[in-house]
Amino acid sequence: MPKHQNNFIIMHLDDNCVTALEDISKGSQIQIRESFIIINQNIPLGHKIALEDIRKGDLVKKYGHSIGIATENIIKGDWIHTHNLTSQYLKEVAK
Amino acid sequence: MIEEFMGYQRPNGEVGIRNKIAIISSVVCVNHVVQQIANKVKGAVPITHPLGCGQFGPDYKNTLNTLIGLGKNPNVFGAVVVGLGCENISSRLIAKNIMKSKKSVEFFDLQEVKGGSPAAIEKGIILGNRISEKARELKREPFDFSHIVLGLECGGSDSISGISANPVLGIISDRIVKLGGTTILAEFTEWIGTEHLLIKRAINKNVAEQIHELLSGFLENLNDLGINFLGVQPTPGNIQGGLTTIEEKSLGSIAKAGKSPIQGLIQYTEKPKGKGLWLMIEPSLDVESMTGLAAVGANVIAMTTGRGSPCGNPVVPVIKLCGNPKTCEWMAENIDVDVSSIIKGENSVEELAEVLWLRMKNVLNGEKTQAEKLGFNDIAIWRNTAAPFQYMHCK
Repeated sequence: MPKHQNNFIIMHLDDNCVTALEDISKGSQIQIRESFIIINQNIPLGHKIALEDIRKGDLVKKYGHSIGIATENIIKGDWIHTHNLTSQYLKEVAK
Repeated sequence: MIEEFMGYQRPNGEVGIRNKIAIISSVVCVNHVVQQIANKVKGAVPITHPLGCGQFGPDYKNTLNTLIGLGKNPNVFGAVVVGLGCENISSRLIAKNIMKSKKSVEFFDLQEVKGGSPAAIEKGIILGNRISEKARELKREPFDFSHIVLGLECGGSDSISGISANPVLGIISDRIVKLGGTTILAEFTEWIGTEHLLIKRAINKNVAEQIHELLSGFLENLNDLGINFLGVQPTPGNIQGGLTTIEEKSLGSIAKAGKSPIQGLIQYTEKPKGKGLWLMIEPSLDVESMTGLAAVGANVIAMTTGRGSPCGNPVVPVIKLCGNPKTCEWMAENIDVDVSSIIKGENSVEELAEVLWLRMKNVLNGEKTQAEKLGFNDIAIWRNTAAPFQYMHCK
């Protein structure tokens, strides 16, 4: 079940990313699951932030489901977007 | 507590939440006549469209069945079908098929009325008023939610829709299913990338195979035509808004359909064969989709929008919910349920689902939606002869 907290939303407890509900600046902190995450880049509204370290080749999860594969190592607090995430469906299903 | 709403009993056992008189054009040539009849008959709505003649094959059948389906919709008490007299989708054919639902139906062709269109308008008003008088004698009665058929729709989506309005609607879709009702998700091009998840939710292997065939068949057809659909999804605007992959975009879209099992796929003019969540094969234009949902018997539609949409439907109330605070302010007259407090961090998705639930119950009981208040009666019939859609006929 989606949990909202201040300036981000987590869509499912299994997710390893959250979505920013406003522009969040580099260096600021968000609190989730009793721990603090320092934001590594500027994150625009609607964009995703890594909740934990995600290794290259691992799945990024939102809505409790995979939204694709990490194309490089992602560090907790990183901005997740086209530079480090790609579609698994495109690769495997729609070849 | 048993959840109930006040609706109208139809002779075939279905239940309407409105008691409309549908004035239906069989062909484009009589649209103005139909509009002017509807203006003068109490409780009447015009069903006009740019088609009805020179059509053939699946395109002909699809238009005919859509018009029949709109007349048969449970929110319609009775209908007056008007033709010109020389078209191949005739007023008689439409009317005779609507009559199978045991409704009051009248029909005539303009060319058979001495005096041309003014006389035809007068005739239509007389026939319409006769049905309207009978309609007013029918009173609302309490019914349980097994009689609800909810259409799940989105239009003018933005990157906020998938994290706000769509999950809100998903909770309500699951609730209707739990209460024994029916929900229908359309717009299959917005399921691409979530095929593996939809297949897992299919009630049996056959349904799973149909979902797979539909989506892979669509991609193959596009490939054959040299169209790289996936190369352009998500769109540049989606990516700017924060959507990275097709999976992410489609997950946001199918969130409207909650988590319920998928009972099966239906064609554009095919009624669901039972209760629960169904998928309708229809591409992705919201007005075409809502016309199809109305034609297969939806009695209410909920439409999520991020950028804003004014659209309505002549026979089915359309409840708009919007998660974008700016749109909720700028287009307040077109939005029924403001769920923007989710992205403001003030309310949870669950809390807003309760707000939508209350509003929906009021709409079921007769409260007008914004689109109804504005008198918006949008109709667009999907023309499935376009080459990429040839695959649509389920095996």
